[in-house]
Amino acid sequence: MKMISPDVIGQRKESSEVASKAKMSARSVRVFYSEVEAIKGIDLDIMENEVIAFIGPSGCGKSTFLRTLNRMNDTIEDCRVEGTVTLDGQDIYDPSLDVVMLRAQVGMVFQKPNPFPKSIYDNVAYGPKLHGLARGRGDLDEIVENSLRRAGLWDEVKDRLDKPGTGLSGGQQQRLCIARAIAVSPEVILMDEPCSALDPIATAKIEELIDELSSQYSIAIVTHSMQQAARVSDRTAYFHLGELIEVNNTEKVFTQPDHHLTEAYITGRFG
Amino acid sequence: MNNLTLIAGLLMLMAVAYQIGLMRSRAVARTDSERMHSRPVYYGWLVALWCGVPALFVFGLWSLLEPAVIRSIVIGALPAELADMPAQQVSVLMNRLGHIASGFGVAGEVAPWEAAAAEQLTRLQAISQLAKIALMASLAMAGVLMARRHIRPSLRARNHVEKVIAALLAICAGVAVLTTVGIVFSMFGEAMHFFSFVSPMEFFFGTTWNPRFSTTGAGGQGEFGLLPLLWGTLMVSIIALLVAVPIGLMTAIYMAEYAPSWLRSVAKPVIEVLAGIPTIVYGVFALMVVGPFFASVGDMLGIQIRATSALTAGFVMGVMIIPFVSSLSDDIITQVPQSLRDGSLGLGATRSETIRQVVLPAALPGIVGAFLLAASRAIGETMIVVLAAGNSPVLHANPLEAVSTVTVTIVNQLTGDTDFASPQSLVAFALGLTLFVITLALNVVALYIVRKYREQYD
Repeated sequence: MKMISPDVIGQRKESSEVASKAKMSARSVRVFYSEVEAIKGIDLDIMENEVIAFIGPSGCGKSTFLRTLNRMNDTIEDCRVEGTVTLDGQDIYDPSLDVVMLRAQVGMVFQKPNPFPKSIYDNVAYGPKLHGLARGRGDLDEIVENSLRRAGLWDEVKDRLDKPGTGLSGGQQQRLCIARAIAVSPEVILMDEPCSALDPIATAKIEELIDELSSQYSIAIVTHSMQQAARVSDRTAYFHLGELIEVNNTEKVFTQPDHHLTEAYITGRFG
Repeated sequence: MNNLTLIAGLLMLMAVAYQIGLMRSRAVARTDSERMHSRPVYYGWLVALWCGVPALFVFGLWSLLEPAVIRSIVIGALPAELADMPAQQVSVLMNRLGHIASGFGVAGEVAPWEAAAAEQLTRLQAISQLAKIALMASLAMAGVLMARRHIRPSLRARNHVEKVIAALLAICAGVAVLTTVGIVFSMFGEAMHFFSFVSPMEFFFGTTWNPRFSTTGAGGQGEFGLLPLLWGTLMVSIIALLVAVPIGLMTAIYMAEYAPSWLRSVAKPVIEVLAGIPTIVYGVFALMVVGPFFASVGDMLGIQIRATSALTAGFVMGVMIIPFVSSLSDDIITQVPQSLRDGSLGLGATRSETIRQVVLPAALPGIVGAFLLAASRAIGETMIVVLAAGNSPVLHANPLEAVSTVTVTIVNQLTGDTDFASPQSLVAFALGLTLFVITLALNVVALYIVRKYREQYD
């Protein structure tokens, strides 16, 4: 039996007390791919300044749910979403809403590091340029530097900002993608298994970064590593076959899960 | 027995050998306690191959060497006064002897020594044929017997057959490569022959194209300046690319990024049909429809536009290569990983911003490669320009006037009565070689670019 050692859990307990107000709320969300129902009615809140982890076996719908939060599912043909998702009380599936602005507010970091085929500088400057966030070159330089600093990458790349972002190592690329996401000053950051393609050292850096970022952003992270969920998150949500089985403080989920399915999963009986 | 029946006979022999191998291996399997290495089929194949391959090899070698050997014997036996004939006359004589021997197409009186030589030729050919059959038959038999004797459980027939198959495939691949090399070499040889009449300087840097036909005789041998033709080719190709590149690229972007899948599945094949239309049909279309249309538009605007001009030919050629550009670019754009698009869209970029700033830069090397491939296609295109470019090999910069291209000139120099020893015909090889080098260079550059940048985004 493989339980998460208690000393790992609840490291973030003190900050989790802060989370109180819901940043995003999902109510009876259902997602269909053609006729297949991938998400079967989920109610979930993402609090301000919290890190929430989505765990569950492959194909349980956690990535799909994550993608409904900034409407990335729009890019998939035959994908249909029902129910409501709100950001600061505003329905994000309202036809009058500007998807482009929504995605600037709810940023996303993907499973595989996907830097653009541009220089490191241009990778980070991409979002601010699109949204006109900088008033001139100096301003833009500042945004780029700040974002890279917050992503903990500045010292490693400051001498080669004009080199292609694809030339960095996997972990650096992923931090570049995080820098790119925070450069547009989002309010929520969605991370879809951000460490699954990285080695343990790069993973540790990203986790550290998530911890720091949580003071300013709400972060939702999908992960296959239960240790990671335990280390970085305030709350953990367990998904199973398109349903949300349980969501609770991370410590509780990993020590006294309410539901037997959750317990079975975290103890490694299936998944 | 002619060669065809010989080969058929050998194949039948191989079929028999296969059965022999099959039966033998089964017999061995029954008596021997050890398990056979391969299934019986492979022993059958092995025996058949041992039967056929050496015999075929001898057959090929024999067919290759036989004519030369017989020829030298026949020539050697000719009366002494004919011994120092020039090479060309010898081959004429050999042709004549062949005709006499077969009794067809004999012109003029047959001299006694000719009759004797022809008889000798017939006799030698008969002997050679018999010897060939005997050698092949004995080799086939020996192969069968030897292979049959070797069948035992430890013989790895399966692995041997595998090797033969690999060799067979390699030979087939070699045929394609050797053909290319052969064509290049023969073109090169003839082009060298041409350059013995006209200096390369005059050819590559001459600005006048005026190859007088050899029948007009005395007045020099004409001028063979390549530049007007090359310029015509360039002008037509550039016009074609100006038409094909924007339309093709935008089509590709629409198809790859915007079109719903049902539309894509209908429209893509329809566009690709454009590539399947024979170029002569495009040529007719250019000559009968597009040319007159441009001419009348010119009249309306008060500009002189010739019906057959660089513009007409280039425009129609551009339409022809749209599918090349669009379908190659489409493939390349779809190869850009979805994760890059997601990354851009996830930052709040619109679709066209994503395409312009992320997808196209990532796909650019491949797209440039597609353009270059389309360009090399345009440069080599013939029928459209023959019909629609006006065939006027004069150096000028007006696309509304008639031009001539390298390909058109090759056609002109080789149609009608031609004497293959005159520079007027031989120039075709020099032109062909030039064209080949240009398109080859374009293809190499295109492939290099595509390959170099592809690895970056994998």
